[in-house]
Amino acid sequence: MRPLLRALPWLYLALLYTFIFLPVVVLVLFSFQDGRLPVPPFQGATLRWYGEVLSDSRLMAALGNSFLVALGSSALSVLLGFLAACGLARYHLPGSALLRGVLIAPMTVSYLIIALGLLSTLNAAGLPLSLWTVGAGHVVINLPLCFAIIYASLGGHQVSMERAARDLGAPEWKVMWLVTAPMLMPALLAAFFLSVTFSWDEFIIAFLLSRFDVTLPVEIWSLLRSGLSPKTNAIGSLVFLVSVALLLVLEVTVFRKAGRR
Amino acid sequence: MSDSIERRARRRAWGLVLPGLAWTGLFFLLPFAVMVVTSFARREGREIVLAWSLQNYVDFVEKSFLLRGLVVSLEITALVVVISVLLAYPLAWIIAERVPARWQRTALILAVLPFWTSYVVRSYAWVLLLSRNGVVNDALLSLGLVSEPLEMASTRFATVTGFVHFFVMLLTLTIYANLVQLAPNLKRAAADLGANGWQTFRHVVLPLTRPGIMVGAFLTFVLCIGDYITPQILGGNNELVLPQVIMLQLGRRADFPMAAALSLVLMAVVTLVYIAVARWMKMERT
Repeated sequence: MRPLLRALPWLYLALLYTFIFLPVVVLVLFSFQDGRLPVPPFQGATLRWYGEVLSDSRLMAALGNSFLVALGSSALSVLLGFLAACGLARYHLPGSALLRGVLIAPMTVSYLIIALGLLSTLNAAGLPLSLWTVGAGHVVINLPLCFAIIYASLGGHQVSMERAARDLGAPEWKVMWLVTAPMLMPALLAAFFLSVTFSWDEFIIAFLLSRFDVTLPVEIWSLLRSGLSPKTNAIGSLVFLVSVALLLVLEVTVFRKAGRR
Repeated sequence: MSDSIERRARRRAWGLVLPGLAWTGLFFLLPFAVMVVTSFARREGREIVLAWSLQNYVDFVEKSFLLRGLVVSLEITALVVVISVLLAYPLAWIIAERVPARWQRTALILAVLPFWTSYVVRSYAWVLLLSRNGVVNDALLSLGLVSEPLEMASTRFATVTGFVHFFVMLLTLTIYANLVQLAPNLKRAAADLGANGWQTFRHVVLPLTRPGIMVGAFLTFVLCIGDYITPQILGGNNELVLPQVIMLQLGRRADFPMAAALSLVLMAVVTLVYIAVARWMKMERT
């Protein structure tokens, strides 16, 4: 009875890890399927589907669009978040609690509602849908995140250095660019990479606010309509690989360093 | 003199905050206001006419397929929250208490790794597993557990499974963060007072982690009830959740006013639950 009881947690651990990893393993395994359907039996390995993905111009265009939107919207989110955080953490403004609330607000609303609001507004204003509108929407969802991360790490410990720089005659923008920003680098990078992963994977805003130039999740969505295919598995596996690579970069560059200090 | 310095500092601060504020105003607050106004409008043919009528909300209550969307959403979300918490808590506890300290970070990263597959692709991967000729049916048939393949794809079961898969990872993270923050002294004190492992857990650990569970459960609730992808890919069209009904108004009927009204209903439900959770947290603390 005793050894059984002691083994129970490990059994549970194994079971849940199986549950968590099952879809990913099946996805990657059947991306090598030598046949038309990504279902059992497994008929042996081929790289054919990866070749088809890489030579699919629509998928590759969507991949490029995704990168463009993710990098652009994240950079802008970090910039706006950084400026707003500096303004609110370093100066006393009337109603600063309300300002913080407004900046954080989009975080509390579902993406579907944000997308729908933007779509209604663009329609009413007669503006066309494009990658720019998708990017604008992604800044809306990532700005609160960036602001919150950066604001939280703007403590009192950097203030004296900023003051020293000011005493030595640095203008305000130089203080921010050469003193505050480098000291905040871990937070800025964390905010940036998190935004990239969110924007890169975001579907509903990209789906509703794009027309001809679509991002990767939207292109995968339309691929799904043609039924199960090992090609979908291949592009899914590639997306997973990119996300994990981003995560590793973040872990090695930001969190390890932050933990060591 | 000092007044002018202060005024200059204030102007500089506004200059820093304004760009972000303007973005939020232009692309979030304004669209939101437009949506609220739209929800009181009416669709006439291809035109949207502002009528300031409550017709959309009346329709929501009276037309059963619209109201049904909310009911299905609430049922599925409740199921998902309960199952996810029940599965995630033991996992977080085992990682925090049984896995050696130097492996905990690795165990946690592994537990949330599939989190980073594309959301659309993850739902699709569950279709591969649950379809008629999919992996799960293949395994069940070859083990002789069933004689006919089970119909699992395009059911509520599939939707719930896909959601639970996603939220077990999320909840494991939040509950683990709560568990490792507990002071070990509390457990030692309980043991000194003669409590066995189960009693310590029941009367010390569980009550202290309840706020963490509530926060994680609320996050699960919000993300689950507002999601369109998982029910659309896994649930099929047999029973629609509210986001699917909203997208249907948009896609097939271009009925923006109705979609806006339904979205605001969705938001109202989330807000009500938020108020309930916030009040509960306040009560718990005092």
